[in-house]
Amino acid sequence: MPAEVAESVFPQLEALLPHVQKPIQYVGGELNSTVKPWDSCDVRWALMYPDAYEVGLPNQGVMILYEVLNEQDGVLAERTYSVWPDLEALMREHRVPQFTVDSHRPVKNFDVFGLSFSTELGYTNMLTALDLAGIPLEAKDRTLDDPIVMAGGHAAFNPEPIADFIDCAVIGDGEQAVLEVTRIIRAWKEEGRPGGREELLFRLARTGGVYVPGFYDVEYLPDGRIARVVPNRSGVPWRVSKHTVMDLDEWPYPKQPLVPLAETVHERMSVEIFRGCTRGCRFCQAGMITRPVRERSITGIGEMVDKGLKATGFEEVGLLSLSSADHSEIGDVAKGLADRYEEDKIGLSLPSTRVDAFNIDLANELTRNGRRSGLTFAPEGGSERIRKVINKMVSEDDLIRTVATAYGNGWRQVKLYFMCGLPTETDDDVLQIADMATRVIAKGREVSGSNDIRCTVSIGGFVPKPHTPFQWAPQLSAEETDERLGKLRDKIRGDKKYGRSIGFRYHDGKPGIVEGLLSRGDRRIGAVIRAVYEDGGRFDGWREHFSYDRWMTCAEKTLPSFGVDVDWYTTRERTYEEVLPWDHLDSGLDKDWLWEDWQDALDETEVEDCRWTPCFDCGVCPQMDTSIQIGPTGKKLLPLTVKNGAPAPSGHVH
Amino acid sequence: MQRIRLRYTKRGRLRFTSHRDFQRAFERALRRAEVPMAYSAGFTPHPKVSYANAAPTGTGSEAEYLEIALTEPRDPERLRGLLDESMPAGLDIVEAVEARTSGLADRLTASVWELRLDGVSPEDARRAVDVFEAAGTVEVQRRTKNGIRTFDARSAVVALESADAHSSQPDRPTDQPCAILRLVVRHVTPAVRPDDVLSGLRAVADLAPPVPAAVTRLAQGLFDEETGTVTDPLAPDREAAATEPHPAGATAAATAPA
Repeated sequence: MPAEVAESVFPQLEALLPHVQKPIQYVGGELNSTVKPWDSCDVRWALMYPDAYEVGLPNQGVMILYEVLNEQDGVLAERTYSVWPDLEALMREHRVPQFTVDSHRPVKNFDVFGLSFSTELGYTNMLTALDLAGIPLEAKDRTLDDPIVMAGGHAAFNPEPIADFIDCAVIGDGEQAVLEVTRIIRAWKEEGRPGGREELLFRLARTGGVYVPGFYDVEYLPDGRIARVVPNRSGVPWRVSKHTVMDLDEWPYPKQPLVPLAETVHERMSVEIFRGCTRGCRFCQAGMITRPVRERSITGIGEMVDKGLKATGFEEVGLLSLSSADHSEIGDVAKGLADRYEEDKIGLSLPSTRVDAFNIDLANELTRNGRRSGLTFAPEGGSERIRKVINKMVSEDDLIRTVATAYGNGWRQVKLYFMCGLPTETDDDVLQIADMATRVIAKGREVSGSNDIRCTVSIGGFVPKPHTPFQWAPQLSAEETDERLGKLRDKIRGDKKYGRSIGFRYHDGKPGIVEGLLSRGDRRIGAVIRAVYEDGGRFDGWREHFSYDRWMTCAEKTLPSFGVDVDWYTTRERTYEEVLPWDHLDSGLDKDWLWEDWQDALDETEVEDCRWTPCFDCGVCPQMDTSIQIGPTGKKLLPLTVKNGAPAPSGHVH
Repeated sequence: MQRIRLRYTKRGRLRFTSHRDFQRAFERALRRAEVPMAYSAGFTPHPKVSYANAAPTGTGSEAEYLEIALTEPRDPERLRGLLDESMPAGLDIVEAVEARTSGLADRLTASVWELRLDGVSPEDARRAVDVFEAAGTVEVQRRTKNGIRTFDARSAVVALESADAHSSQPDRPTDQPCAILRLVVRHVTPAVRPDDVLSGLRAVADLAPPVPAAVTRLAQGLFDEETGTVTDPLAPDREAAATEPHPAGATAAATAPA
């Protein structure tokens, strides 16, 4: 690992940059970025978001850990992102290794190479980065000269498909976890690295909060299912727990958000207003694995926005969470911020808003200082019946009432998100999406008195995810998904009266099958990922790079030797007894509760939100010794300064 | 309304900043520095910033110019300092004057460039320059959005010389040969960029640097035909400020010197 000297590769890289697209993404130097002297630190992290810079830079997770680590004495963190194929080819030709953008040091020279996986579609990019870095692809081939390769992020809740390639995984909130890992690495280095990598990994594993796949053996049944997952050495826990940060006000990160020079997907000051969600949507992995709900206080939010805007100069504030309008004081937050920044042309956005939590006061606060862009809601299911199955308790009347308010207050465009392929779904459930859209248009025309009203239906295939009640569900095949979407398209297009006012956007079923294979895969899927990578697979989240055929061909080559295939992982329904590949990773959710919730789904029985009703025993709070933390605090945001109070500095030199 | 003209740089690795990237960064810096910007009217108001003649992505510059419009007067030097602090190091705001004359863009008629050719011996460079200078026209090609375009790279060049090799970038290793060219080129349409001159050197004299040239704009301004020099485009504003320290308003200065 850890080269005590690490030379910058920038001189070599610089010669390649004139030949690649958007070279600015590789040079670093962003406002609020940090470069600490290599020698002044004894624990060094390279943090990667395994996608292009434009997607990776705004990622909150990486930004938070980067700042938390760099604030520590003797610790440095630098960032690295996936390089586009044009630069990858040049780097291979000229032997330039994977580098960090902060000081352009080789990733291989760091103590830890931490990757944050928001999605499974970044796995091939991890292999590209490892290979470019000169780090052996498989953990078993690494030596003391290599960093510890650590996975985090939501996809790490089932790290089994990448078990061969990572040394360890941390599940849950990273803020405190990275500091604990740092402490252990520091002690081990100070002692002169006793016992080599294995000892370090063991010290991490025995905390119970770091999963080291190499310390567990997977045994299979003759039919291909898992018999059991068992520790192969003593002192290693049977199950590994997720990490939960309890007081968000104590962790007001990022304080100094990075401001890129290159254009990125989100250019705004983002503040996470709460973490976790207990709405209980059964398809939603994020909602399940981030429990319990923990709110940031209204004053904490106000302070972060104030400091963040000063540090960045962004002109938009994003209030992030899984369902932002559910914050117990969202109205006061929105009004307080809109009041504060009225004169500064700062816009506010709530990226995730539930239909039933939306109201017009909120909408007006959000648009007061900015543009009135489209409104987006996610009913997810077209029929009342399927919404009961998925526990998305939004009635069609709620939706119509909300859009009527929106259209009546000047909005002209509403976007609706849906999923296709939900458990128990029939053609009819999906075709009702068209009826819903026509009701929306009809209502919009009625309340606005105008025909210039639009509604866009956006729909994609549902992928069952680990640690959700749908983890046992069969995934709909790509062919059936496409057929059902085709019927919906024909129904919408065929509507003479309303069809032209309804936009229809859909994703075909193929990428969902690959995502499904990776989401609920086990260690045998590693061979597929490696084959795809070796065949040139990169940037699987990008339509122009993704190849379904390549994935299927590689799966056909590798999986038959295990007696399984892609359908076995995707469209097969699992039973209660089956050992799931991620059962030894503890998200806090009780497996029996998940199973009951799955049975409730099949019975079309809804479950309330435990923020407002008694506990449903999902298991998280007792298991993790955590609790729901919500307001209201009753506080308000005060103006920061007296408007126009201070005299402007005079304009001329004296 | 007060107008302030700024000179800024693109140094080091931030020379890979595209002009669009710079614009976004600069507009954020205006917010961070709490500059009382004038905004355009319309549905999506934009701060009033006029950019002039930006250097291509990947080339460094010591002499980029822009002009901003303010709703309240500010001391130019203080404003410069605030903006400079708000920009990433390398995109440095190095000079500020209050606009007292019209037509900054009209005063940018030529540029002085330095082309550093690592791995090329000064003798080879000098020989190529001589061939280039002797040619009447030097046809080069450039890939544009509309396909390959062919044009003359010679006539816009008013001076091209192989300077004595003292490195302007002392951080570079110097154990290999290195030629430094100084280029003065008029701003014409289609623009002749340092790249085009390098293409020309390759076309007429087979000069092919083993690594991409490090190109830096040293100055731009009005080309003085008599002396063959490029003059400071902010000088007229500075002179006007010296003779009339307290203008009634910057817009009143309608007479363009030079």
